Amino acid sequence: MRLLAIVVTFVALNARGLAQQTTDASVKSAHEQFVSDIHSQKGLTCVSCHQGIDKPGKSNDYTIRRSEIPALCGSCHADAGKMKQYGPSLRTDQLEQYKTSVHGIKFAHGDTHVAVCTDCHTTHSIRPASDPHASTHPLNVAATCKRCHSDREYMKPYGIATDQFAGYIDSVHYKALVESGDLSAPTCTTCHGSHGAAPPGVAAVTNVCATCHVLQGKFFEESPHKQAFAKLELPSCVTCHEGHRIHHPDDDFVGTGKSAVCATCHIASEPAGQMADGAHNSFHHFETEMVSTKSLLDRASRAGMDVADAEMELTQANDALAKARVSLHSAQPARVAADLEEGAKVIARAHEAGTSALKERDSRRKAIVLPVIALAGLFVTAALYIRALEKRER
Amino acid sequence: MSGPEIVRQWIDERVDLREMFAPLMEKTVPRHRFSHWYLLGGVTLFLFGVQVCTGLLLLLYYRPSMNEAYESVQYITNRVAFGWLVRSVHAWSADLMIFMAFAHMFSVAFLRAYRKPRELTWMSGMVLLFLCLGFGFSGYLLPWNTLSFFATKVGTEVPGRMPVIGHATLLFMRGGEDVGAATLARFFSLHVVVLPAITASMILLHLLLVQKFGMSVPPSVEKEGPRFGSKVKFFPNYFLRDVMTWSVALMVLLVLAVTFPVELGKKADPFGSAPAGIRPEWYFLSQFQTLRLLPATILHIDGEVIGALAFGLAGALWVGLPLLEGRLGRNGSRWARISVLGALVYLASTTLYAYFTT
Repeated sequence: MRLLAIVVTFVALNARGLAQQTTDASVKSAHEQFVSDIHSQKGLTCVSCHQGIDKPGKSNDYTIRRSEIPALCGSCHADAGKMKQYGPSLRTDQLEQYKTSVHGIKFAHGDTHVAVCTDCHTTHSIRPASDPHASTHPLNVAATCKRCHSDREYMKPYGIATDQFAGYIDSVHYKALVESGDLSAPTCTTCHGSHGAAPPGVAAVTNVCATCHVLQGKFFEESPHKQAFAKLELPSCVTCHEGHRIHHPDDDFVGTGKSAVCATCHIASEPAGQMADGAHNSFHHFETEMVSTKSLLDRASRAGMDVADAEMELTQANDALAKARVSLHSAQPARVAADLEEGAKVIARAHEAGTSALKERDSRRKAIVLPVIALAGLFVTAALYIRALEKRER
Repeated sequence: MSGPEIVRQWIDERVDLREMFAPLMEKTVPRHRFSHWYLLGGVTLFLFGVQVCTGLLLLLYYRPSMNEAYESVQYITNRVAFGWLVRSVHAWSADLMIFMAFAHMFSVAFLRAYRKPRELTWMSGMVLLFLCLGFGFSGYLLPWNTLSFFATKVGTEVPGRMPVIGHATLLFMRGGEDVGAATLARFFSLHVVVLPAITASMILLHLLLVQKFGMSVPPSVEKEGPRFGSKVKFFPNYFLRDVMTWSVALMVLLVLAVTFPVELGKKADPFGSAPAGIRPEWYFLSQFQTLRLLPATILHIDGEVIGALAFGLAGALWVGLPLLEGRLGRNGSRWARISVLGALVYLASTTLYAYFTT
């Protein structure tokens, strides 16, 4: 049916003497792409957007100007009544959201270089965001935004950096999305919004990150850093963790050492610096103990001893360390110490189990000496008896 | 008279123990520079005895079902008094028994003790070796851990590739398309009922034949005529030498079982993927390596099928070695020695190569 509609349109264009123009490669390409477009699949045709091109006397100009695109798309997508037939829960606030975005505000002021609907969704091959081939699928969003935001020449008039994509693909979020296949991992639109895209304000960064990192956000709000950062007009979270090139922090991130982020503001001799160094040392010590206990349990397991319960329990120590790293955002040493204390008890119990298992292994090895000596005695006795016997026989 | 003497006399009056044990008491064993090789058969038999005893002890607690097999072995290892020792001895004794069986086989082959009239002794011995390998293969699955599950999966796939009978063989071995509860049940019955019954009969036959034909003297020793040495009485002289060897074997077994106890590993997950670098037990490594070396297809036939057929042919030729040597005339003994040496070098080198490259 859809194909028939396209064919009819093609014939109509031909009848109006536009056969010459239909040989234009872009139009031919548009027709080919439109077959897989969601609009085509829902029964819409070319004339649904390129209105009047099938009417006699209409001008030959079938292109839609960029300045018309948001309103054109909004003529359906902002009409709740119209969209209901395609899905009762489809959103119809895209145009309103767009008007609040940086793109929308500049567009309203006459800048048509900013992104409009078709720049992100494509023109004739629009697919739902759940389709892996869609330009708005989570795996493809960064590449879509990159087309403009990594183009230095294009972004020059706006004075915006163009290294966001390069930083993002080096980040832990990108790795989670692409390497681990976790589609809930953040991409550009997760933090900046999609239709209402804007960089989060200084005060809003915590809200953005805390959408996923809830506890870290909560602890930060309770910490002395909140007021200090607000006073210095520094955005939370990204001041320490960066905006796009977010790496998995290790324990050297904390403290006043060379690669420590706390050293940006604190020195080792002041109380805050000492607290940071204390946290660093505690984490490092905890991790060392955990690794050494794991190694002990592995040795016991390889020696055939049953340490499965202790190995299971040791995973709780990992949880305690993760908890302590989260509560570090409160900048309250007592809270961090309490979380580590729980884990230290687990490690101590697991270590005890491993040591007992290896002691049992050693006692088994010692116990075998007696039977081996008895067997050696049997060997010697038999040898002597044979010798005596054969000597007698000779 | 002492107590034991009274009992012995009571039995003797009814059963005539003297007549029953006469062959054993009159038996002699040739004594020459190669006679210590005669001990290997006895060690293999001793280790089989250890397997039977430890196997019976394990049978008291083992549960042959998918849901309980691993847990029952875990229970034996961690909760039953000396269960860890019994299990470890059983596992190590299996390896040592198979090693001794191979050593005994090659010593017999090198000393050409399979010559007439001892062809049947050789053939019954080869059947016993295959039964030992069957014990190893069937017993390996019983703990139902990751390694044993995937080793059995791979091990049963190879016969399944045979033309015509392959799929039927696979279904028979596994009790279905995949390794599962049915496989465990039939491997268990194979390991504790079928194979022990057949093995006991074959051991009896093998020992009767050894008893009937006596110990073979190598041709090189026979040529020396009366100079080659004396004979020793089997009982008690040679038997005591057996006891000495068995005590050494038991010492080695205990030290290995305690110093390198067998790990239990993780419970098998039929839906999981095979662990990286998985390989069969050492006694199947030679075949495993051979199959790895063969190309995917040879003359448009699956390489693994060719390999399996080749193993079958090699096994048949090896069992028929006494008959083949006779057919080769004067050079028969030389060709036999070359074949035996070649087989030993091939088995040892492919086993070591597979061990160090997987």
